[in-house]
Amino acid sequence: MPEQTTRLAVRKTYKLFIGGRFPRSESGRTYLVHDTNVALASRKDIRDAVVAARAAAPAWSGATAYHRGQILYRAAEMLEGRRDEFIALECGADDVDAAVDRWVWYAGWSDKVAQVYGNANPVAGPYFNLTAPEPTGVVGVVAPDDSPLLGLVSVVAPAIVTGNTVVVLAAENAPLPAVTLAEVLATSDVPGGVVNILTGRVTETGGWLASHADVNALDLTGVTDPALAAALEQTAAQTLTRVRRPPGLPVDWHADPGVGRMTWLLETKTVWHPKGV
Amino acid sequence: MTTTAPLADVAGSDAALRAFLHGLPGVDQVGAEQRAATLATRSIKTTAKAWALDLAVRMVDLTTLEGADTPGKVRALCAKARRPDPADPGCPPVAAVCVYPSLVATAAAELAGSGIHVASVATAFPSGQAPLEAKLADTTAAVADGADEIDMVINRGAFLTGRYRHVYEEIAAIRQACGSAHLKVILETGELATYDNVRRASWLAMLAGADFIKTSTGKVQPAATMPVTLVMLEAARDFHAASGRRVGVKAAGGIRAAKDAIRYLVMVNETAGEAWLSPDHFRFGASTLLNDLLMQRTRLATGHYSGPDYFTLD
Repeated sequence: MPEQTTRLAVRKTYKLFIGGRFPRSESGRTYLVHDTNVALASRKDIRDAVVAARAAAPAWSGATAYHRGQILYRAAEMLEGRRDEFIALECGADDVDAAVDRWVWYAGWSDKVAQVYGNANPVAGPYFNLTAPEPTGVVGVVAPDDSPLLGLVSVVAPAIVTGNTVVVLAAENAPLPAVTLAEVLATSDVPGGVVNILTGRVTETGGWLASHADVNALDLTGVTDPALAAALEQTAAQTLTRVRRPPGLPVDWHADPGVGRMTWLLETKTVWHPKGV
Repeated sequence: MTTTAPLADVAGSDAALRAFLHGLPGVDQVGAEQRAATLATRSIKTTAKAWALDLAVRMVDLTTLEGADTPGKVRALCAKARRPDPADPGCPPVAAVCVYPSLVATAAAELAGSGIHVASVATAFPSGQAPLEAKLADTTAAVADGADEIDMVINRGAFLTGRYRHVYEEIAAIRQACGSAHLKVILETGELATYDNVRRASWLAMLAGADFIKTSTGKVQPAATMPVTLVMLEAARDFHAASGRRVGVKAAGGIRAAKDAIRYLVMVNETAGEAWLSPDHFRFGASTLLNDLLMQRTRLATGHYSGPDYFTLD
């Protein structure tokens, strides 16, 4: 027997997360982030991700709020379990803990948001008039650069807890926590396609996401260049895509997020139903 | 072709027909499947793709064959057939609308003057298990109501037990009943078990007077596959070489994506030749395919991805 040599660690290949799988970029390209190769998403990856998100939408929006909540709680457990891994990716222990708490907080909203934002409206006739919040559909999200995990969780969790499915463009300069979050979601019970995470350059892929007619809403939180944000908003307007503009001032991701990130993705359906006295 | 007998004589008797059909060269199964798979890898670039998508739209037989079909649904389908993409006047109409005989009158009234054919399935579709009289009545009724294309099913029970003459006579009788209407003969390849049978059934149908040979009813899995269509295209090509008559091929069932449709077109071009690249000689029997074709057309025209929300559900 030869002498045991030093063991080589298995190096991780950071890939995309589309439809519950981890494919390489369709283009085969990568880019370097802190000496790590990260997949560089292309137009066709956007296409595949939107197809996956659309395919997942009926089952996810049709699941009961309680069921969605349970799945998100489970994801929070898995997130907690990978705490050390996120800290090793330089997320900061504070940020990681806050991200888990944020996830749990949004999970708790799953079976409450409709109760709070739905309504039984008094009307002058023999009808029940009900306001029922419904998910918007497929949401494109540009994740913020300044907080790669907490910021990411803060934009993704509110979108999916309300029954939407998302295509996320991860922070360009800090994509590793996003790919690790994808691993968390893949190993929890979140159905494939509900969250799709692409790494790469927003300048390259953002336009394809904004112009895609099958994307219903676009969250531009992570777009720092005002000219790019304006261009994406204009592109999105051509297909009547609902747009959330980037925040004007730097966001304190540790602050109470409020419910705005959930409610902007709710469409209200008004139902008239005869009382049948 | 190994046979030198004039084609007019091969159907003279049961024995002659059997000898002819069994004398056809066997299909190399592995070869056919590999050839089809190779043709499917062809890369089609943008300008050719735009042309192919438009051609595929023009080749679609927009089909609804459900027990729950209503005149309203057929009228909606006819509106879509005339103008598949309401947002783009440049989008060509489809080739035909294919319905059950009871709805032919509705479709014919809707499509009058549009140049779009009215196709009707007949002959106890999809099983073909009915007396000849019933099949003939089915056909004449559809033609009388205004169908100018009849999609008949062959008698698989007779074919699979080797009663080729019986199948031949049935097709010939329906051909007669069709009058000036085109006859498409559905082989239902999913029930024929082997490629050899597909080749024999193709020749049988063409000898009996089919204007088109069609893969499937869409009610049996597997429906149209690339190797099966390849065998049928080869038969159509060889039949044309032997008789001078150009018989069309219709791939029906299971083709849902524009990408698949383009693969079929490549195969048509490479197997039968350019002469078959027209709605007169190649068709797609489909309903969901059309929406994907329209989405891909829109993608090429506008430069952004389209979504199903922008097209009709059907």
